[in-house]
Amino acid sequence: MSITIAPHPSLVHRIVKFWHKHKWSYFFIAPSMILFFIFVAFPVAQAFVLAFHQVDLRSSSWVGLKNFQDLGSSKLFWSTMQHTLIYAVCVVAAWITSSLVVAALIQPLSNKIQSLYRGAFYLPNVTSIVIIALVWIWIFEPDYGFFNYLLTLIGLPKVLWLQNPDIALWSIVLSTILIVPGSGVVLYSAAMGAIPREYYEASDVEGANGLQKLLHITFPLLKPTTLYLTVIYTIAGFQIFERVYIMTGGGPINSTTTIVQLIFQTAFSDFNYGRASAQALILFAIIATFSFIQFKFLSTDVEY
Amino acid sequence: MSYFLRILAYILLTIVAVVSLFPLYWLFNTALTPASSTVKLPPDLIPVNATLDNFDAILRASGVAKIPIPGSDEPWRVPRLYLWFVNTAFITLFSTAIHVLFDSMAGYAFAKRKFPGSNVLFVMILAALMIPAQVTLVPLYLLITQWKLVNTFAGVILPGLADVIGIFLLKQYIQTLPTELEEAARIDGASEWLIFTKIILPLTTPALAVTAIFSFQRYWNSFLWPLIVLQSPDLFTLQVGLSFIHTSEFGTNYGLLMAGAALAAIPMIIFFFAFQKYFMQGLRIGAIKG
Repeated sequence: MSITIAPHPSLVHRIVKFWHKHKWSYFFIAPSMILFFIFVAFPVAQAFVLAFHQVDLRSSSWVGLKNFQDLGSSKLFWSTMQHTLIYAVCVVAAWITSSLVVAALIQPLSNKIQSLYRGAFYLPNVTSIVIIALVWIWIFEPDYGFFNYLLTLIGLPKVLWLQNPDIALWSIVLSTILIVPGSGVVLYSAAMGAIPREYYEASDVEGANGLQKLLHITFPLLKPTTLYLTVIYTIAGFQIFERVYIMTGGGPINSTTTIVQLIFQTAFSDFNYGRASAQALILFAIIATFSFIQFKFLSTDVEY
Repeated sequence: MSYFLRILAYILLTIVAVVSLFPLYWLFNTALTPASSTVKLPPDLIPVNATLDNFDAILRASGVAKIPIPGSDEPWRVPRLYLWFVNTAFITLFSTAIHVLFDSMAGYAFAKRKFPGSNVLFVMILAALMIPAQVTLVPLYLLITQWKLVNTFAGVILPGLADVIGIFLLKQYIQTLPTELEEAARIDGASEWLIFTKIILPLTTPALAVTAIFSFQRYWNSFLWPLIVLQSPDLFTLQVGLSFIHTSEFGTNYGLLMAGAALAAIPMIIFFFAFQKYFMQGLRIGAIKG
């Protein structure tokens, strides 16, 4: 009789074999994955739970959709959504246009000068928004700021750029769109450089003029870049925070609150963690939609 | 293109570039202008009476940190601004080093190694790419509070170490490397760690540089999370410190504020000029892989 009570030898063998085969793979991913689960996956799951809870310092209780309903009936929330949308739409439209124009203008220049301009346009993008926002407060300063100085030069009355609730949001938009985004210039410029010369030569043979070439060759071939930039700028636009926090703090009289500013206020001034999580999920839904569009339309690699 | 159009392009470009660079110029111009000249009209368009007074003023305005010296009753007094520099540099360099190491390890495993669970884990990372950081803001704050890490560097650094973008970027890059070298080394009996450090990493240098550079920029400029976690002024980073001075009684002294902003901006600007090539490369890698 040969009945063995010991574990099936082949099972032990398989576990040992598995371990020997894969231990290094797990060693390589372990640090990142442990951090990922603790600081990304788990907190994301918790955000979903919190959004359906009323959270106090001591207790937390399930309230269903109440946080979302409260937001739906909150005037501040809707005006916040409106501000954020206005900001995002203006910024995306202006940035796409200005980076396309700049890239088209530097295209015919020599490589050296091209990279000089690309550097010049990228430089303002590496400085922190906190710093940039502080400079803009100074430029917008009512009495001695540069903008009001320019206005008095041409005989116009001074403007309360950040103090007037009807103007403050537009001043913040202006401070953003006056700067050409370096990323757009670099990517458009790379995409234009990759368009084969033959396309233009062929159109020359057929007698196309400059505008026709732009409309029928350049723009269609830039479509993937335009889509990519539109998505990343939209996402960035919806996430605007530092600029508002530093320049106006959401004021005057809540005329410049944006979603992230509102999340920050709700969580860390009102300590309403449930409602702040609900706001964050709404932001998540908006951004996920745009990311999804990007994945759907850009699933094929764009070659430069 | 005709000569005339070329000149027109230059003029237009230069105007746009001047406008784009104006805020940075105005920052340095005001920082170097005597405080009395920042409250007069017309303003000095160039720093005619250049002075470093504003830099002295911001050092004083940032306050004095008293660092106890072991074996001495008298603490070491140092302007807080210096501490903010050291704090920012420490947080930035530490986090960047960890990102480069952990991200390349995970990127390599996902790109080159077949193991059970790799697909599921990678899909989770892809999904996480779509999640804005603000979603985890409150849960992370609760976690940091629970772990008693509020007002510590560990609280600032730890949550940021999970870096899905870096893993994704390095995976995509390492995938394009040939497998033959690895296999040859394995047949020769090289250990897996040796293969990773001596064969994979050297070939990955461009992508590692891009990861390091973006991570450096992200941490040097990061604001919201340190603002939430840090409470004592001695522990502030430069960005948090600047916003702190902006809301203090010195908040309307623009010469002083601009001097502080200039000091915080200079390292990043030098960094950009030193590694400009990689900034541009990084953008393209990011765009190609979406």
